[in-house]
Amino acid sequence: MRTLRRVVITGLGAVSPFGRGVTALMEGLWAGRSAVCQVAELERIGGLRSRVAALVRDVDPKEIPRKDRRSMSAMSIYATLASREALAGAGLGATELGSGRLGVVIGSTVGSTRATEDFFRDFFTDSSLERMKSTLFFQIMNHSCAANVTQALGITGRLLAPSAACSSGCQAVGYGFEQVAMGRQDFMLCGGADEFHPLTAATFDVMTAASIGFNDAPQLTPRPFDRRRDGVVCGEGAGILLLEALDSALTRGAAILGEVVGFATVSDPSNIANPNAAAMERCMRETLADAELAPEEIDYINAHATATTQGDVAEAEAIAAIFGDQVPVSSLKGHLGHTMAASGALELLAGIEMLRRQRLVPTRNLDEIDPACAGIRHVRGVEERPLRALLKNNFALGGVNSSLVVRRYPHD
Amino acid sequence: MTEQQIVDLIDSSLAEEFELDRAAMQPEANIYEDLGLDSLDMVDMVIVLEGAFKFKIREEDAIREIRTLGDIHRFVTGKLQGAGALD
Repeated sequence: MRTLRRVVITGLGAVSPFGRGVTALMEGLWAGRSAVCQVAELERIGGLRSRVAALVRDVDPKEIPRKDRRSMSAMSIYATLASREALAGAGLGATELGSGRLGVVIGSTVGSTRATEDFFRDFFTDSSLERMKSTLFFQIMNHSCAANVTQALGITGRLLAPSAACSSGCQAVGYGFEQVAMGRQDFMLCGGADEFHPLTAATFDVMTAASIGFNDAPQLTPRPFDRRRDGVVCGEGAGILLLEALDSALTRGAAILGEVVGFATVSDPSNIANPNAAAMERCMRETLADAELAPEEIDYINAHATATTQGDVAEAEAIAAIFGDQVPVSSLKGHLGHTMAASGALELLAGIEMLRRQRLVPTRNLDEIDPACAGIRHVRGVEERPLRALLKNNFALGGVNSSLVVRRYPHD
Repeated sequence: MTEQQIVDLIDSSLAEEFELDRAAMQPEANIYEDLGLDSLDMVDMVIVLEGAFKFKIREEDAIREIRTLGDIHRFVTGKLQGAGALD
């Protein structure tokens, strides 16, 4: 049997509602800011009650050459810019990108809804395909982000594009981890990206899972684990991690930002939409087993906690069943909204920055803990404390749960 | 339309669609080597020209012979001339 290799993180990249780059993301989180705002476009959608979102600003798509950009919607632009940042941070260039040793695994919830809408808006005027641009398909295919990143950056290794709704980014990092651990690739650019569209908010609103009660006070929502929480606020962006075989990183003398030590993803067939605490617990236990760590060796849990009524309770119950009320837990959705496929990677890389700083970001808008979510140890303010390992959760519609464990490097 | 108006509309439409440097858009410029377009762009160029001039040219064999910007000018002008749309 092949020996598994150790896998470390040597690059991070972010495009988030706080702007371009990991630094902007962390500045927003450390300051406790909200990126949620009112979105006028939503007022024009009949039946949509949610009027708020966390949108990416200040990105100039023309940073990407036209021939690469023509097949990109916003999510691929975010993914490409975040990938560039991660690669630059890791010190990798054209030699590695074109070596076949570096692959890509970047997921999104769907292809570009905006591009699809634009096409069909025109198509339905006369049912004609004569105005269909040649690059439309490349924006709406499910592997649009991963394919566009490989094209724009000249990457010749493996290409994967998990599509598992809100678990996509977390799964992408996990699958990248397995590619490198198995020795199939020496480097993997991993993460997720998504772009906002009113239909995304509508998806949650029709299931009565979108926040609709804070349209006039957008910075007060979402409210993970809070008694007054009323649902998801959709966001957008891209989070990218560059994973690398430990031996490769040591040989290159690369700065090592953390080590991925555990990953699990499980299906929850109990219901396609409703969260289930037992399935969440099973996912976290499998991840700990993969990491060969005991619950008491986890120093921080970055929760999925999107501020839905049911989801936060189920996650709190699942965490409490394993960790009791001792391990600090926070969700970053109160700052960033739910950046969909990007959330797993964006929040994980923020967690890695917390490990590096030995400092925890609290849950924003958690003013009064819901008694049903009270069985865990919530982070209520910025905390300085020894942090060796974190666990990251993502739970998705469709019954797709995923978790990762990252440790500081070196540890012990 | 006059011939100059046609040339101007072609050049402005293509410059916008393909983000071309207007200084490089000389009639003798090869659309592939000098302007950097490729086969995907050629598909979209037809759509752009059809939209700008409200005609159908997708099935015309002459399109496949186009090599320079001047070829495009001549093709479109000839097409409009045939339709009696030239001043």
